[in-house]
Amino acid sequence: MKKIILTLAVLLLPALVNAAGGGVHLDQIEVDFNNKSSLQRGMKTYVNNCLGCHSMQYQRYLRTAEDIGLSAALMKEHLIFGEQKVGELITNNMPKADAANWFGTAPPDLTLETKLKGSDWVYTYLRSFYQDESRPWGVNNSVFKDVGMPNVLGYLQGVQLNHCSAVELAENSTEIDPLTGVEIGGCYSLVEGSGEQTAKEFDRTIYDLVNFMSYIGAPHTMQSQSMGVKVLIFLFIFFFFTYALKKEYWRDIH
Amino acid sequence: MAGSRNKGNPGIMGWFDDRFPATAMWEDHLSKYYAPKNFNFWYFFGSLAMLVLVNQILTGIWLTMSYTPTNEGAFASVEYIMRDVDYGWLIRYMHSTGASAFFFVVYMHMFRGMLYGSYRNPRELVWIFGMVIYVALMAEAFMGYLLPWGQMSYWGAAVIVSLFEAVPFIGPDLAQWIRGDYLISGATLTRFFALHVIALPIVILALVVLHIIALHEVGSNNPDGIEIKDKVDENGIPLDGIPFHPYYSVKDIVGVVVFLFVFCAIVFFFPEGGGYFIEAPNYEPANPLKTPPHIAPVWYFTPFYAMLRAIPPIAASQFPGVVVMGAAIAILFVLPWLDRSPVKSIRYKGWASKIGIVVFAICFCILGYLGVVASTPMRTILAQICTAIYFAYFFGMPFFTRMEKTKPVPERVTG
Amino acid sequence: MSEITMTDNGVNVGRRRLLIGATSAMGAVGAAGVAVPFLGSWNPSAKARAAGAPAKADISKLEEGQQMIVEWRGKPVWVVKRSKDSIATLATLSDRLSDPDSELLQQPDYIPHTPARSVREDIAVIVGICTHLGCSPSYRPEVGPQPFDAQWVGGFFCPCHGSRFDLSGRVFSGSPAPKNLVIPPHYYESDSVLVVGLNPQEAS
Repeated sequence: MKKIILTLAVLLLPALVNAAGGGVHLDQIEVDFNNKSSLQRGMKTYVNNCLGCHSMQYQRYLRTAEDIGLSAALMKEHLIFGEQKVGELITNNMPKADAANWFGTAPPDLTLETKLKGSDWVYTYLRSFYQDESRPWGVNNSVFKDVGMPNVLGYLQGVQLNHCSAVELAENSTEIDPLTGVEIGGCYSLVEGSGEQTAKEFDRTIYDLVNFMSYIGAPHTMQSQSMGVKVLIFLFIFFFFTYALKKEYWRDIH
Repeated sequence: MAGSRNKGNPGIMGWFDDRFPATAMWEDHLSKYYAPKNFNFWYFFGSLAMLVLVNQILTGIWLTMSYTPTNEGAFASVEYIMRDVDYGWLIRYMHSTGASAFFFVVYMHMFRGMLYGSYRNPRELVWIFGMVIYVALMAEAFMGYLLPWGQMSYWGAAVIVSLFEAVPFIGPDLAQWIRGDYLISGATLTRFFALHVIALPIVILALVVLHIIALHEVGSNNPDGIEIKDKVDENGIPLDGIPFHPYYSVKDIVGVVVFLFVFCAIVFFFPEGGGYFIEAPNYEPANPLKTPPHIAPVWYFTPFYAMLRAIPPIAASQFPGVVVMGAAIAILFVLPWLDRSPVKSIRYKGWASKIGIVVFAICFCILGYLGVVASTPMRTILAQICTAIYFAYFFGMPFFTRMEKTKPVPERVTG
Repeated sequence: MSEITMTDNGVNVGRRRLLIGATSAMGAVGAAGVAVPFLGSWNPSAKARAAGAPAKADISKLEEGQQMIVEWRGKPVWVVKRSKDSIATLATLSDRLSDPDSELLQQPDYIPHTPARSVREDIAVIVGICTHLGCSPSYRPEVGPQPFDAQWVGGFFCPCHGSRFDLSGRVFSGSPAPKNLVIPPHYYESDSVLVVGLNPQEAS
């Protein structure tokens, strides 16, 4: 009986895991919350380019500073604009109703965006804007078709052109070869010199940004993992004690 | 039972025992409760269910301290717990993982009962109390799932409550009465909150007490399905019985530690359970104007959800599907009277029973899988076949258990 | 028969006791570990800590004899500018006070145990909560006989149970309050900006 259940579980598990996937091809991002300088650069990019429209209203500056290795004073000096205090939530002053008018829909809060859509999705999305004059902001996105958001980071990336049909685009990878900085997919090409950063630099900018956003999605991750290891080690040792005790008592019966 | 035992003893315990049957209760339920000595792996899940219940109550009480049961505040208060409250994330993950763990443990516990015929005479009431616990637990989990007020909470509740609309004649009024509004709203949230944190936990705790009292009245079954009380020594102690404490208390602790290892690994490293314990759409606040692209109930409801979807509307009514889903649970209540086999345990039943229970278990798992994924015509047919087998197993039981050839049952327990 | 032996009915009692002890000890450690998150979650949350963050006050417009109230952690903190005369008076009150040298620790260690009890002699910074039963005393700067004190030299009077304090928050003998008023951690960011809630060494 045990064997049957086990076999069933093993057979069903991959099916369950696959069930969650589907849709467009997404580039994978390997997040690393111990890379503090990446998180700091990511926050800087976020504060300078995103915060105007997208809040992170469930997270506090102070907590963030502690986790990404900044002092409260540095955070206040470089990353908090306006009169906000370091203990406050990461909010902005954008009126929701006006924003909905400007962009067609109110820009969502980003605290949980990487949890909602997945870090891979955000990572791919931010690198998948391409020129499309038919859209109000002159850009479209292969991951989020007819998106209401302009390519805010376009000044860094430059103008990205698309040479594929919608179907080809859906399967396209926008991965950048880490050695050469050349794009591997093939649907996109960049207009030379149109952005402030090279393709490789831009890729790192987005990596840092999405790394930071992923941290914000689950700020307890680091504490959770370090506690988890200790708890599991404890239970592992405890097992031998309890097992020895059981054995000792059950000598009476066998 | 307690009557005049342990009276007039000296010391502090004596003082208590004269006024309260403390020692008598200890003896009746632990140190002189004789359990069969051949319990196997399957018998861990009863005490594990108790452990998870305690976990849910403790973490639940603590979550209530920081949670705001209003439609404006609920979602933000969960994030407040996750970020601003010290260890709030841990307590919440213990609770959310605990919900899944509870169902896993209870399903294993129930399956154990089915394997060894633990529902048979004289344990019918033990089984029925257990079934009522299971139904109460489903209501508890369903209402708890609304509380984070995310998209999945909202639309899950919307779908389940609208099932009541399928009830003929009174359906729409009934659903509206349950919601307290024309849609799932703050009014629904507050009543679900009250039921989730107070009413149902009291009911479940009371039922657990009844379940255990009933069990200890008739004694535990065992993998051989033999009544150990039939063979006793000169003191009336079953020859194959051993005191629950210390033998099973020390054994269950081992099970508890192994269980906690897996449980903690999930809590600390995979609290979302790959999107099956906490679903991704629930990271977006409830929005009555926008349904997420793919909604599915939490995994422990999916077998029944798959049955619901498998039944096509008849006469433009979803009611048959709802009836089938309800019947799938209701039929478990009468299981003690469906099984007509001369033996209790699967060990001594015939081939029909053995094949039957394996096919039944496989179908239940397939239905669970089908309830998670989007439905396609092929999957609907598969779900219909599995639903049919599910019911065929129970409806056929009175016949195949009587007709099949059973093996002789030993006099004393084995192994 | 009943000699004390290590084995009884073939049971190794010593080994059994040792295992029970070791397992119980491990279990106790585990239970303590489980208690940590439950107890820890009762600490002030990040939200409460943010609300209880240090408070800043602009004291440039505070005139002599005037009182201003700064809210810190939901409590009133009095900031009073004292005149030369009233500072001089403070030094003459020793006989009438319960704890003239503030020996019961009711102030951070960088506050001198002088009659002025302050970083800057002219400015008193005091938590406005009576040490008796938690009412907030009122500011009574006028000098001269009062219904509650014939020799009143200016200070704070608690309307709840009549405790009296001088302009440094020191309690007059005979008041129900047992101790001087508390001085909160504070420092001056500049001549005109007072920060309540942080010690000078924590200033960033």
